[in-house]
Amino acid sequence: MIHIRNSQEIKLLRKSAQIVAMALQMIESRIQPGVTTGELNMVIEDFILSHNARPAFKGFHGYPASSCISIDDQVVHGIPGNRKLQNGELVSIDIGVELDGYFGDAAKTFPVGQVSAEKKRLMQVTQESLYIGIEAAREGNRLSDIGYAIQSYVEAAGFSVVRDLVGHGIGQEMHEDPQIPNYGDPHQGPRLKPGMVFAIEPMVNMGKYEVRTLADEWTVVTVDGLPSAHFEHDIVISSHKAEILSAGN
Amino acid sequence: MPKEASIKIDGSILETLPNATFKVELENGHVVLAHISGKMRMHFIKILPGDKVTVELSPYDLSRGRIIYRYK
Repeated sequence: MIHIRNSQEIKLLRKSAQIVAMALQMIESRIQPGVTTGELNMVIEDFILSHNARPAFKGFHGYPASSCISIDDQVVHGIPGNRKLQNGELVSIDIGVELDGYFGDAAKTFPVGQVSAEKKRLMQVTQESLYIGIEAAREGNRLSDIGYAIQSYVEAAGFSVVRDLVGHGIGQEMHEDPQIPNYGDPHQGPRLKPGMVFAIEPMVNMGKYEVRTLADEWTVVTVDGLPSAHFEHDIVISSHKAEILSAGN
Repeated sequence: MPKEASIKIDGSILETLPNATFKVELENGHVVLAHISGKMRMHFIKILPGDKVTVELSPYDLSRGRIIYRYK
């Protein structure tokens, strides 16, 4: 069942999403060659706790950290640790928080130092595909119009969309109905109604779309070893354009 | 988040209805309306009352499904 949130609930969801947005903004200046993903995770955790929120990823199905930090061919769910960022890498940071019972979840891919032109284009296309998906997420459209818009844009740019991971509803749980694939045929699935709150998160691979999970049972990597990028926003459907809850300033 | 698979469950055909839809009794005793998958239509796989089939249920509407396999 897809929840319809009232304005009071949306206010709380906005608050949680804003903390994630601020955390992503805050961490950007820390992303430099030589810093470890574990250090970044510590800074993020402190930031979340200092806003009286709870890091929602920690303990979620046994996940050990407050953020997912995925480098280059790691698509999502990279576990922060001793790995040092290196010049030219892409680093995707995914953060989730819970405040007063409502969740926020957003992600962004950053360049480390100077990255290649092709990696820059991958980041740009992924971010743009997110906004194109959000554009399609409006009242009267159907759920699959979002994924169709994302897939069309990404494939026209010569990249591919990960199939095994999807966006999701978000509210009083981090993952709620519906599942929101970033691919598919248009005009399928439930109609979008004002008050539905979604986390839309295209994951775009430079090469083929196949991914696999490493032995740590979390880290998802591309099968062909080529880099991947990931951008995610929480949005609420309205009668006009969807509002982005996790937008930065 | 990881994609969750749809629910697959075996059942047997109770009744054939118009437009290639069927009433199917599932192993768990529930009766659902199911239509036949496009691939099975293309290959003219005939389904009769009493046949054992696999039904794919939508997580959104557990009273409807899609027949994706007929056992021989």
